[in-house]
Amino acid sequence: MSDTQNFVEIRNARKSYGYIEVLKDISLNVERGQIVAIIGPSGSGKSTLLRAINDLDPLTGGEVWLDGVQVNKTLPHRQYEKHINQMREHVGMVFQHFNLFPHLTVRENVTMAPRLLKGISKEEADQLAEEQLRHVGLLDRIDYYPSRLSGGQKQRCAIARALAMKPKLMLFDEATSALDPELVEEVNLVMKKLAEEHMTMIIVTHEMDFAASVCDRVLFMDQGYVVEEGPPEVVFKNPKEERTRAFLRKHLGANK
Amino acid sequence: MGLDFTVVPAWIDTILLGVVWTIAITVAAAVLSFVGGILFAVIALYAPWLVRQPFRLFTWLFMGTPLLLQLFLIYFGLIQIGIDLPAFVAGVIGLGLHFAVYNSELIQTAIIAVDRGQMEAARTLGLSHSQALRKVVVPQAVRDVIPPIGNNMIALLKDSALVSVIGVTELTLSAQLAIGRTYRPFEFYLVAAVCYYIINLGMEAVLRRIERRIALSR
Ligand SMILES: Nc1ncnc2c1ncn2[C@@H]1O[C@H](COP(=O)(O)OP(=O)(O)O)[C@@H](O)[C@H]1O
Ligand SMILES: [Mg+2]
Repeated sequence: MSDTQNFVEIRNARKSYGYIEVLKDISLNVERGQIVAIIGPSGSGKSTLLRAINDLDPLTGGEVWLDGVQVNKTLPHRQYEKHINQMREHVGMVFQHFNLFPHLTVRENVTMAPRLLKGISKEEADQLAEEQLRHVGLLDRIDYYPSRLSGGQKQRCAIARALAMKPKLMLFDEATSALDPELVEEVNLVMKKLAEEHMTMIIVTHEMDFAASVCDRVLFMDQGYVVEEGPPEVVFKNPKEERTRAFLRKHLGANK
Repeated sequence: MGLDFTVVPAWIDTILLGVVWTIAITVAAAVLSFVGGILFAVIALYAPWLVRQPFRLFTWLFMGTPLLLQLFLIYFGLIQIGIDLPAFVAGVIGLGLHFAVYNSELIQTAIIAVDRGQMEAARTLGLSHSQALRKVVVPQAVRDVIPPIGNNMIALLKDSALVSVIGVTELTLSAQLAIGRTYRPFEFYLVAAVCYYIINLGMEAVLRRIERRIALSR
């Protein structure tokens, strides 16, 4: 068993594509209720690290633990599939490009997985959809198809879809990067609300202000390494590493 | 001798019965070709090698040989090994499988074209690979190829005339029966052509409705 105070624990994560190593011995601990932001230049391995947590991009070395259970443990194929599907039910993920199911309505997007995996009734599903969509402020679009939603509405629907599985952990991979600037705030507000509800979250983001305002800890990644990590006050205001400073000069300069 | 359509009314029952059989065999074979097409596409893309290879031979057989020969094989050939199918059933299976193979090609291409993020989003929610295929990927793929599948179904209607050779009294064979008694080929073949045309129009109307329904969700 792992030491249980760490809710998410990544130990010596490595990932290679052929000869190219994109994660180089990364370790990370996240406590229950903590919010961690991952920042860094594009191609530094942020998505790969995030996607290793729910095994969407399996690691080539190291371990991922969630709430005392190893996610990427060695099992025969069939058993592993079953295990990983169960683990994923507890980990919500939000993508840059939403990945809503275009052939389903907003309601069906939200309820499809719980209906299939938890065997809830149609009434329970409707109730769940209403509850989750109210939470993200999208109740009035419940019977729309995704194609008729704005980008911000799409992303809020995707968040509701993830939350409908009642995850213990939420992963966000540049959830607002594909949005028009004026639609970013509505998604950020939903994420802030989740923060207030003490959802454990790992957020890959390019928005330094947002990261600074909601996160307990910031990780700066570059070229497959975690270069620097600490509380946002320190990483943003007083970074120790030159690489962090160079990155922040570029990204904060634009905003301020 | 000139055209004389006055002989037609006496045979109207035979012709109408032929229309009914043609519709029946077309609808049954279309359903088989649709469901079979989805199944074949999933097998071709995802089944283990040991299943996929013999399956490719089977596919090649259906694409590379005449439908007429396939119908003979299913109706007359199978009797020899003790499988004695009614002509209608043999016709539905022959037509249905033949067009299932063509539909499968379309659906395979469409499955590959579905955005990778769709499978990822489904898996992330905890769905298994096969659940994700069933609920997310395949429905989208099928939706994308409804128009070309519709074209295949029109071709299927026309090819349904071939089952007359194994003795299903569909429209073409009904016309031939009337001609055999009246010696009026031109009149009855024309009547049959008009009937095919009308059924065709009906099918196209149904297809357009389906396409409109799908367009609503885009
Ligand atoms: N499927 C893949 N095959 C090969 N290289 C990949 C693949 N996915 C990502 N990479 C490489 O891994 C590195 C890290 O990618 P990624 O985690 O997406 O970075 P980030 O999210 O920080 O922009 C990049 O150099 C990228 O080109
Ligand atoms: Mg990325």
